[in-house]
Amino acid sequence: MLETDLAIIGAGPAGMAAAYTAAQSGLSVLLLDEQSRAGGQIYRDVERAANTRGHILGKDYTCGLALVENLKHERITHVTGAAVWQVGQDCELTYSVAGKACQASGKRLLIATGALERPMPVPGWTLPGVMTAGAAQILLKQSGIVCERAVLVGSGPLLYLVAAQMIRTGTAPLAIVETQSFSDMISAMRHLGGALRGWRYLTKGLALLAEIRRAGIPRFTAATSISIEGDGKAQAIRFTSAGRENRIDCATILLHHGVVPNTQISRSIGLDHHWDPDQRCFVPQTDGWGRTSLSAIFIAGDGGGIGGAKAAEIAGSLSALEIACDLGAMDKGERDHKAGRLRRALTSELAARPFIDRAYPPFVPALTPKDATIICRCEEVTAGDIRRYAKLGCIGPNQTKAFGRAGMGPCQGRYCGLTVTELLAEANQKTQEETGYYRIRPPIKPVSLGELSALAKTESAKP
Amino acid sequence: MKTASDYRILDETRQRVTVRFEGNELLLREGENLAAELLAAGIAPFRRTPVSGAPRNPFCMMGACFDCLVEIDGVTRQACMTEVADGMVISMPASRRTDDA
Ligand SMILES: Cc1cc2nc3c(=O)[nH]c(=O)nc-3n(C[C@H](O)[C@H](O)[C@H](O)COP(=O)(O)OP(=O)(O)OC[C@H]3O[C@@H](n4cnc5c(N)ncnc54)[C@H](O)[C@@H]3O)c2cc1C
Ligand code: FES
Repeated sequence: MLETDLAIIGAGPAGMAAAYTAAQSGLSVLLLDEQSRAGGQIYRDVERAANTRGHILGKDYTCGLALVENLKHERITHVTGAAVWQVGQDCELTYSVAGKACQASGKRLLIATGALERPMPVPGWTLPGVMTAGAAQILLKQSGIVCERAVLVGSGPLLYLVAAQMIRTGTAPLAIVETQSFSDMISAMRHLGGALRGWRYLTKGLALLAEIRRAGIPRFTAATSISIEGDGKAQAIRFTSAGRENRIDCATILLHHGVVPNTQISRSIGLDHHWDPDQRCFVPQTDGWGRTSLSAIFIAGDGGGIGGAKAAEIAGSLSALEIACDLGAMDKGERDHKAGRLRRALTSELAARPFIDRAYPPFVPALTPKDATIICRCEEVTAGDIRRYAKLGCIGPNQTKAFGRAGMGPCQGRYCGLTVTELLAEANQKTQEETGYYRIRPPIKPVSLGELSALAKTESAKP
Repeated sequence: MKTASDYRILDETRQRVTVRFEGNELLLREGENLAAELLAAGIAPFRRTPVSGAPRNPFCMMGACFDCLVEIDGVTRQACMTEVADGMVISMPASRRTDDA
């Protein structure tokens, strides 16, 4: 088994910054990521794409190059294509690289597995041609592929960014169908002070909107009654906006209404989580250094609560400082000196968040969809099925498994877990916190029997 | 299953290699993401669900949704977590339940 001071899962901004800070403090670092190149979601494939597509993707993308460059530090071992599928409370990790299972252990473990796009179950969302907006962006960053005749649907600044990036490729989206309303903007105004302190985000958002306007892309707001039509694949989107019914013929529909922490690993080791009513999702419990309810395990970045790429980077560094201190590589004085500057930067990074969260809330009809809408993509369970389970006495997500197969498919609830919580909470008139979430069991990524048995052999060969 | 593509490739720099999808020969860019290349080649659907036989294509492109499952040389894998290699033989996963994928 590979042994290291600090094992990190995830090579996005949080994991990369933590790796470098820890290595600089003298710790040995093992950095695992299932992607074939470093970068995480925001800086996906930045080393390859910065030169050819930097002008399309923008400066906020190419600035990730510096983080990737830092991974060359001699004390950092970055294993690419390493999907972690089991994590022990003792910081032991099991992962597979090219179909071969391996094990490693760290004196400390940092989970930096980022976010997932919030599931947006609307009628027709399982049709080919419907993807997340993040998926379209990954196609563009990683492969230089742009979706044609696309409509962006949902809410949040990422929609504007993806639209602007598409415009710069010369293949603009047909329209942006937004679900947030004027009254959301009014209620966000209470937090305008914060937004002004985080003015860089505001300026960037306005610049993107100006780019979209110049390109003449139609924007519809306060859209409701969204449904996707198509025979075998998506062919049109229907919605109501400003009292009018609309139908747009299209080939691709890109859904997005925010991102939520990816809690698969933190759930699988039984860490404490709580419901965050502002971001409307579960968040693992951590202290100001990212330390979890298990003292040797830390979480940094969007996986510990949504803050964006810069905040993730800072949180990664903060965790690394505390870990260096834990392991005697740094004294408290030095830690606090370095952390002070980081914390000030973090405060200013997060200043605009409350404004953004209020101005671009999730699309409520997709949180508790109509009965006929599929909510579990893998097993094709509908919202109506979950409501029926509630009537039969089902109070928590784990019990749904006694009634049907929701959450039991290969995605292990990644794209239905929050919807099941919301539906049961509503039906049983309980809070989301009381309702809880799926229990996640390893392996959290599918593993073949071959991988398991090869691992069993190396285990039994141990003295 | 192969239709006009709804996806445009911006730069044609890489060498193309031959792979097969459901028996059809495709020329894909070597070393690029397999799900992306299949989309660009106009493949739809990638698979059918074991429950109702509904058609599916990639949804998340980040390894989370498993809608891009295909069988590559006999092994069920996520196309969005795989790179194109010369001579790959790809098919829709046999329509058994996906939990043993
Ligand atoms: C699809 C998508 C696109 C986004 N695009 C943008 C954008 O353009 N601009 C922006 O400001 N924000 C974007 N975001 C928000 C984004 O989450 C953050 O800004 C930022 O990427 C968070 O950094 P992070 O380090 O916390 O996690 P991430 O950057 O998400 O990195 C997490 C890493 O963990 C790895 N990982 C996860 N699970 C495992 C496992 N079991 N085994 C091995 N590795 C694993 C992943 O492969 C990934 O590389 C996007 C989010 C998503 C989901
Ligand atoms: S497209 Fe979601 S896992 Fe591949």
